[in-house]
Amino acid sequence: MRLTDTEKAMLGGDEGLAIQKAMEILVRYGEALGAERLLDTQNVAGYLIARKDNMKRRGTDSFDVLFSEFNIDSDEPFEFGRVKVPSCQMETDMEPDYYLLSGRTEEDKQLYERNMDWLRKLGVKPMCTCTPYQVGNVPVKGEHCAWMESSAVIYINSVLGARTNCEGTESTTAAMLTGKIPDWGYHQDEYRRGTHHIQVETPVVSQKDYGLLGYWVGKIVQDKVPVITGMQGGAANRDLLKHFGAAAASAGGIEMYHMPGITADASTLAEALGGNKPESLKFGEAEKRYAYELLNSCGTNTDVDFIMLGCPHYSIDQIETVARLVEGKKIKNGVNFWVFAAQPIKDLAIRCGYADIIEKAGGLLMRDCCPALGQFKPSGAKVMATDSGKQAHYLPNFTGIESWYGSVEECVEAAVSGKWGGAL
Amino acid sequence: MEPIILHGRKVMGGVVEGEALVTKETISGWGGIDVKTGVIIDLRHELAGASFAGKVLVFWGAKGSSGWSSQFHQARNNGVAPLAMVFNETTTKAALGCVVTRCPGVTGLDKDPTEVIRTGDWVRVNGDAGTVEILRRKA
Repeated sequence: MRLTDTEKAMLGGDEGLAIQKAMEILVRYGEALGAERLLDTQNVAGYLIARKDNMKRRGTDSFDVLFSEFNIDSDEPFEFGRVKVPSCQMETDMEPDYYLLSGRTEEDKQLYERNMDWLRKLGVKPMCTCTPYQVGNVPVKGEHCAWMESSAVIYINSVLGARTNCEGTESTTAAMLTGKIPDWGYHQDEYRRGTHHIQVETPVVSQKDYGLLGYWVGKIVQDKVPVITGMQGGAANRDLLKHFGAAAASAGGIEMYHMPGITADASTLAEALGGNKPESLKFGEAEKRYAYELLNSCGTNTDVDFIMLGCPHYSIDQIETVARLVEGKKIKNGVNFWVFAAQPIKDLAIRCGYADIIEKAGGLLMRDCCPALGQFKPSGAKVMATDSGKQAHYLPNFTGIESWYGSVEECVEAAVSGKWGGAL
Repeated sequence: MEPIILHGRKVMGGVVEGEALVTKETISGWGGIDVKTGVIIDLRHELAGASFAGKVLVFWGAKGSSGWSSQFHQARNNGVAPLAMVFNETTTKAALGCVVTRCPGVTGLDKDPTEVIRTGDWVRVNGDAGTVEILRRKA
């Protein structure tokens, strides 16, 4: 890799040990990719949450020691100091208010709060959401970012036209300390061009439809760049594209897609392809049913005891929808009705009165975290219903729970009756 | 046997010899492997239940969550990392994962390693030269 003089000095230790170690991992990583240089970023979203077992195994209670090893891959522990560029924390593995309900302990909570203090000291904004773009971090078209979290990566690359690869814990932490990331992949025009053309031949209107389309596209194109045309029905919006992308990134590894005229990079199919000769596929009724059945293949028991909403973290409009649906109803005894959002959105939901409505019905509005990431579920829960293709894909792997995928209306009906009655 | 040598590009340097574990499928890190044992836990994977600990992992590429590297990183800390990585598709996940696993890695080979190499073959991975050599076929 060719480094600038400033970068060479950073690597040489002129700016201290933390930046030197961060540069070392970035250079090793860049060379492994075959990248020719580093580029500057002013927008990093990563993951700096300590695991209790890693701390115990390492025999330390110092976040600096732990993250020197786990997040920078340094054999030599160092003091982190402050991050160099605007940085935020993605979703976490624990709910700080309702942790007891999923089997976490007071000790876990204390570690979590110390972790938040450490992030503040570092200058990492504890957004604690998989959707920083819903709480103020909205990259503009062409902005070079270094983000983790596959659902966020696909959203900002495609919908917003920002430029990031699906980074990892080590590369994002190094980017926070240096403001650098390898110039490779989706930072470059040629990688962003479409490789597959998906012609949609069935109405894709509801959030459930968008999730199914995303899941099918991910399954088919894996980690390539699909261009989707023929969308009919209502207009796309943030929440629909958020669910589409999360499902697509879970079923395959899609980090970038185009819906010409809707997403940021291209207005036409030809522009999205940029000269590539695509493989052509269609998404019709049969493909939609295939995705639906695949997503619903992890469940046989229709006695639901866990409703999971808010993957990716819900917007205020989605929380409003849930509040309207549950208003005046009662969640069945024994059914856990959990809705996940970023804390600023939860605060807004409280001001709007939605949190109160959901709680009166017997549900809980949760913040910061994600069951799949934290590998938790309500203690004793056996059967989940969710409106998220991503959560339906991952949570059974981690927790052995059965899962049903459907619309938010079907999820609320199941919450009230205790029975899954969803259908395509 | 005739020596079979595949030529490609260095991901990480170093030279090792060991037994190959081969899959034509992509591998999930987070949610796909057990970091304590090195066993592939993705129930839908053709290698489900197999361990890559101490083996030359020959695979198509990386898929899934951005936690890929952190999972292989922890596998290394737990002493159950692969001996080397040989893969077809370079992604940020596979590249960073190989770097923090600190094992020799090779990609961009002139023949598809998941086709030429079979599970159980004894291979030498030369990360510095970007080569993979099949020394002995599995009996």
